[in-house]
Amino acid sequence: MANAHSDGANHGSVKSYATGFILSVILTAIPFWLVMNPILAKSTTLAIVLLTAVIQVVVHLVYFLHMDRSPEQRNSVAALVFSALVIVLLVGLSLWIMFSIHAEMMAK
Amino acid sequence: MSNIATNAGHAHGHDHEHDEHHHDAGETTVFGFWLYLMTDCIIFASLFAVYAVLVGNVAGGPSGHDIFELPYVLGETALLLFSSITYGFAMLAFYKGNKSGVLTWLGITFLLGAGFIGMEINEFHLLISEGYGPHRSGFLSAFFTLVGTHGLHVTCGLIWMAIMMYQVQKKGLTSTNKTRLSCLSLFWHFLDVVWICVFTVVYLMGTL
Repeated sequence: MANAHSDGANHGSVKSYATGFILSVILTAIPFWLVMNPILAKSTTLAIVLLTAVIQVVVHLVYFLHMDRSPEQRNSVAALVFSALVIVLLVGLSLWIMFSIHAEMMAK
Repeated sequence: MSNIATNAGHAHGHDHEHDEHHHDAGETTVFGFWLYLMTDCIIFASLFAVYAVLVGNVAGGPSGHDIFELPYVLGETALLLFSSITYGFAMLAFYKGNKSGVLTWLGITFLLGAGFIGMEINEFHLLISEGYGPHRSGFLSAFFTLVGTHGLHVTCGLIWMAIMMYQVQKKGLTSTNKTRLSCLSLFWHFLDVVWICVFTVVYLMGTL
């Protein structure tokens, strides 16, 4: 019974899935609505679209993939953080290099 | 006779040990699968970088603004998001020991995922029939590669899910099936996370 309980804590509940789902619906509706009905400045809309995407990724990680600070999850979270670092370097530096090249070649 | 009994006893003891060991092995398997997903994440990151570099190279063809239908993409997004929560319910049913619940929720998840793939194939088919296939421009090559890779992953997830429904039906809620369904759970939710990035970077930023 105690085991079943600790199992449940790690795998979410109807409530946690529903919370994640409702948050995701809101965080999907906002950017789609703003892009389909452009009432804000382009740069403001872009900022909101990116921000809601980042928040929604975190919501999915917490409520659907059950990432938390418990000792059982420590290795998974460490792997995730390391991957995030690799991705930031990979994407960030690739784009920096390619757009620098583009600017050097095209700038007259 | 006593020898057989001892053997049987030994075998039983060994089985039990094996079982306990298997519990740990199951968790290790799920963690190993998570590590695989992290490498998959890097594949997608590379494809996103390629897309970002090539998005402006339309070669006189259409840009994202001309070909993306946001209401259609919103429909795809809804299917995938619903399938995430129904898969979660399948896992919850598993922990409650409710076999028919697991099968029902997996079935619903499968249909939602299949609906998503159907919509994506239809979108690709329309684009290609209008002459906007991957050969048209750098932008379209990158678009088809990125979105197609995600779709291919979802298709693999659907095949995996169909096999798991068969396994659960046939063998019940065993610890092996629990490990496999936990891995598929990570895979399925991970694909939804990738889709968030796809609709944000490709469709929303492309239309903006």
